[in-house]
Amino acid sequence: MQRIINDPDQVVEDYLKGFVKAHKEIVSATGHPRVLKRVLSPQQGKVGVVTGGGSGHKPAFVGYIGRNLVDSVAVGEVFSSPTAKAFHEAIKAADGGSGVAVLYGNYAGDNMNVKMAIEDAGDDGITVKTVVANDDVASAPAAQRHKRRGVAGEVLMWKVGGAKAALGGSLDEVVEVAQRAIDNTRSVGIGLAPCTIAAVGKPNFTIADGTMEFGIGHHGEPGMFVQPIVSASEMARIALEKILDDFGFEHDERLVVLVSGLGSTPVMELYIFYDEVESILTAKGHKVDQAFVGNYFTSLDMAGVTLTVMKLDDELRELVHLSAHSVGFHQE
Amino acid sequence: MSEGFNEASGSIIVRDLIQVIHEQRAYLSEIDGAIGDGDHGINMDKGFTLTARRMEGQLLGMSESLKLLGDILVEEIGGSMGPLYGTFFKKMARVSKGIGVVDGRVLEQMLESAYQGILTIGDARVGDKTMVDTLDPALQALKLANSAGRGFSDALDAMVEGAHAGWQSTKDMIARVGRASRLGERSRGTLDAGATSCYLIIKTLAQSMKELSK
Repeated sequence: MQRIINDPDQVVEDYLKGFVKAHKEIVSATGHPRVLKRVLSPQQGKVGVVTGGGSGHKPAFVGYIGRNLVDSVAVGEVFSSPTAKAFHEAIKAADGGSGVAVLYGNYAGDNMNVKMAIEDAGDDGITVKTVVANDDVASAPAAQRHKRRGVAGEVLMWKVGGAKAALGGSLDEVVEVAQRAIDNTRSVGIGLAPCTIAAVGKPNFTIADGTMEFGIGHHGEPGMFVQPIVSASEMARIALEKILDDFGFEHDERLVVLVSGLGSTPVMELYIFYDEVESILTAKGHKVDQAFVGNYFTSLDMAGVTLTVMKLDDELRELVHLSAHSVGFHQE
Repeated sequence: MSEGFNEASGSIIVRDLIQVIHEQRAYLSEIDGAIGDGDHGINMDKGFTLTARRMEGQLLGMSESLKLLGDILVEEIGGSMGPLYGTFFKKMARVSKGIGVVDGRVLEQMLESAYQGILTIGDARVGDKTMVDTLDPALQALKLANSAGRGFSDALDAMVEGAHAGWQSTKDMIARVGRASRLGERSRGTLDAGATSCYLIIKTLAQSMKELSK
């Protein structure tokens, strides 16, 4: 393991310091060492938008603090949920008096800590509602959607929820549309090489040379199957097949496609992958209304890709297209 | 052996817990690495070590020490283990606050409250391959020993035996909650990390309480 670190047990503290220094026009520290907020947040009268999760997914989660996106973020250890206290402080940092929407991913730790934070925020008189992302189709069958993990589809949930809040939506409206965004979103990951938590020092799972793991999770959770590695076109075909089967589209749809690298895959290769994705969708009669290709939600130094597809309706389309700016996301 | 010990002189229990988690840091991470993400020992040790530093120079009773440990786990560790073990120790602290003498009955109430707290905050039940599989049989064994009128020392032994059997039973289970549940059948054949740390905690708790009761 060759890394640019000081103390492996202090990587989160250390990167946050650098992050705040580098992006001081957008983000600022708060009274809690594991909470960052937008410089301009909270905004009086606007619904606060909060997220949070373990570290190691750059630019998620702190990279989505910005204009028309997220107001504040609770930061956890690498691959480990933030504390209830951090979520509570993030909620306070985002509260402009109109309630706070916590939009996060479906993991046991996050669920528990958010639950505890909401109780504490209630004592402060802040109304909090949540949307829990569960876009990873490989993590549980369709009949058990509530068990599915949240992965890169969270980005689109934040985009939509953040836009609705920025346009003056009420807490109920923000939560409803963010829920609709994630309900209309499916993702699947393909892993090519494992990742290493610096404090552990070695990869905690393996992907044998010459193979790929289909359906891998954002922390290396095992996928659906391991098979010999195939071409970018073939990867795109099987990933899309899994997603489209799960959707069960009946019509030609307007779609958002998000292709995110898992950390160490060259962005160039993501475009090779995307080219095939759009070709297949177009051939099936769908229209890619908006594409995002890059490192949007990574897993340390894992190699591979996550494919995310969101089905649009008129309101979702308007919200996806609203301009936005953060460290990890830019929309004209 | 007398029946119980004075709560006010029981902070050594928490110091012993801190020591055992620190010693077993690598072992816990290794077990976690088999079907989890390999950081269980690291995260636990971080919280327990922090508690040791905060305890320095303070005269605390058992309840206050347990409360400090629980607060630190909830407020500074996060993950799944922060809220679960945080709740576990905070509940034990609340039940034993100002209790005077801690004996088998008091320990039963402490453990019962801690167990209920974990059931409330998490989704795990017996058989899901989690810390609950250690905790439930430990508590049942303690209850049985107490109601049979066995002495404190015997009750502590029974509790540890129950915890040990429960911990070992996780090896053949399929994980149904938490990160390892994504593995399905592949989670079988490995001990659960949370059940392991829970066994270490209960065993240490019993040893320390026996020492205090001498």
